[in-house]
Amino acid sequence: MLGLDKKDFTLLLIVSALVLLAPLLLNPFPEGSAMAQFNAGYPDLMQRFVIFGIFAIGFNILFGLTGYLSFGHAAFLGAGSYAGMWMLKLLSMNVIPAIIFSTLIAGAISFLIGWISLRRSGIYFSILTLAFAQMAFVLAASVLTPITGGETGLQPALSDPRILPEFLGGGSVTADGNIPKPSLFGIEMTASSEVAVGNWLWTLNWGYYLSGFMMLVAFYIAIRIFRSPFGLMLKAVKSNQQRMSYTGLNTRPYMLACFVISGMYAGLAGGLMAAMDPQVGAERMQWTASGEVVLMTILGGVGTLIGPVLGAGLIKYFENIFSKINKATLEVWFGVFPDWMTDLMVTIVYPFIGKGWHLTLGLMFMAVVIFLPGGLVEGGQKIAKLFSRKKEPETPGGEAKPAE
Amino acid sequence: MGILEVKGVGKRFGGLQALSEVNLSVKENTVHAIIGPNGAGKSTLLNCLVGKLIPDTGSVMFDGQSVLGRSPHEINQMGISRVFQTPEIFGDLTVMENVMIPCFAKRDGSFELNAISPTRKHGDIRDMAEQMLIDVNMQDKRNMQASSMSRGDKRRLEMAMCLVQKPRLLLLDEPTAGMARADTNNTIDLLKEINETRDITMAIIEHDMHVVFSLAQRITVLAQGTPLVEETPDNIKGHPKVREAYLGEAQV
Ligand SMILES: Nc1ncnc2c1ncn2[C@@H]1O[C@H](COP(=O)(O)OP(=O)(O)OP(=O)(O)O)[C@@H](O)[C@H]1O
Ligand SMILES: [Mg+2]
Repeated sequence: MLGLDKKDFTLLLIVSALVLLAPLLLNPFPEGSAMAQFNAGYPDLMQRFVIFGIFAIGFNILFGLTGYLSFGHAAFLGAGSYAGMWMLKLLSMNVIPAIIFSTLIAGAISFLIGWISLRRSGIYFSILTLAFAQMAFVLAASVLTPITGGETGLQPALSDPRILPEFLGGGSVTADGNIPKPSLFGIEMTASSEVAVGNWLWTLNWGYYLSGFMMLVAFYIAIRIFRSPFGLMLKAVKSNQQRMSYTGLNTRPYMLACFVISGMYAGLAGGLMAAMDPQVGAERMQWTASGEVVLMTILGGVGTLIGPVLGAGLIKYFENIFSKINKATLEVWFGVFPDWMTDLMVTIVYPFIGKGWHLTLGLMFMAVVIFLPGGLVEGGQKIAKLFSRKKEPETPGGEAKPAE
Repeated sequence: MGILEVKGVGKRFGGLQALSEVNLSVKENTVHAIIGPNGAGKSTLLNCLVGKLIPDTGSVMFDGQSVLGRSPHEINQMGISRVFQTPEIFGDLTVMENVMIPCFAKRDGSFELNAISPTRKHGDIRDMAEQMLIDVNMQDKRNMQASSMSRGDKRRLEMAMCLVQKPRLLLLDEPTAGMARADTNNTIDLLKEINETRDITMAIIEHDMHVVFSLAQRITVLAQGTPLVEETPDNIKGHPKVREAYLGEAQV
């Protein structure tokens, strides 16, 4: 189906179902319950899950297949955001031209940066990409102010031309004199319908579903690349470049094509970010953002198909949910103990929550790297193996290898 | 005129003259052996033929065209494949994938953005690789990870990867080193058959004289970077200069 074998197609179906049902699945706790603060099913956050999913999928095409570790992917993410924002300002509030343009611009910039950085491999390649990304960050924050808005960043304004006709999202101002919102042929990205069942409240948001759809497309293309001769060549680059050259293959164009594709994924993610939340600042290009996508990919499982998406989701969940737990919440949780014990527990746990979420993430990251080098996907496989062994202990080599 | 013409090649590594005034002519469809003691410069000579090293002096012509200054992948696309002294394979990939990659290189050239059609749908490539695995008797190892195999199997795989490209000139650097006797004999038979039926010219470096005398029509003896003699196998045995070069080594 769709040019995928059965296993990959099943994986695509599962991921599609998860994207479709995420607003329900991520809100497992009823409104108003003590656990409701762990609900992640609100539009902003779900959009971030899938958009960073796209970013990480693209990063993994480069890092997972070829082993080239780029520390500069935030530059393409940021470039995509600026490019998308300019489309929203000049052309129309329709998000389609914005995300197309952001993908193309990121592709062009990654071609330039890749063309130079790929002269080196290993740590030197990483350093070169890092240097370029930091240069891009500094340029965006200072010299390029006319294009990037410098420190204040870029957002739509009433004075923007938006030259396309109104039905395509053009027009500077809305009828009631406001700045129009990003939309898809009239449907605003912020538009949601709320469904209440009992005490549960689910928000179905257009922006999320558009981003989710783009993630599924991105995911599908990634599967095709992984299974194609091109993907095989990229794995060959990782395995033995020397043998590759002596087999008559020119590694450079393969690497450059891979780098550009990966950069375009980042650009698409950046464009979607601008379309969902129309404001862009230079900090999107900072090296911490480049580092984050590396963490996502490693945490989820380098070189696996689904791993980067899982990693992106986990990190964004931590950043947004775990970071909100505060001292008062802890005191409620540990309130069942005697006072002195409550105080002790709160003192011990407190550094790891709220602003300390980085600490927890760091510990988790170390644990994964040491015990599960294949990331969460490897963890999942181990658990699945454990279960299948329990069920049919006699099956020799009956590996229940779950979705990659 | 041979298919490979090496004239006056010299190569210096710092204070070491690894090759000097090397002349070598390999006739089409023959097996030409290059023998010599350790450190004689045999591998260095091959490096000069495939673009890994550029000689300081001299010329290397393949089929009337110079190979000097070309990159390794261009030289391979001209029709030269090489088996290395230490096996160079794609260790992370399966045996089947290892053999399919050179098939793609042969069919599609040095770069082709084949990013959408699934690999398994390239039936011609699959058939070619499958047949090659049968020829080298490795079909049951098809799905093994290449790095998990024995050294002998890795060499056989590397040979299959070169042969499947149907090169015009195959360079073999000690192809049977690390192989069991039975595998060595199989390799001899395979190379003999390939030389006879597929019009592949071979230059082979080998320490195992059994292999050399079973295969070669011409033998060049290299010592300290210079060719001592070039002769037929019959005339090499007991040649005084060869004895001298190998003094202290196994009898020739
Ligand atoms: N890249 C290099 N840099 C410096 N010296 C080198 C290099 N390659 C080879 N040499 C030296 O050149 C000489 C010839 O080496 P080469 O590998 O060609 O010998 P060989 O005939 O293949 O020997 P063996 O039978 O052991 O494989 C050796 O002394 C070696 O140390
Ligand atoms: Mg050698």
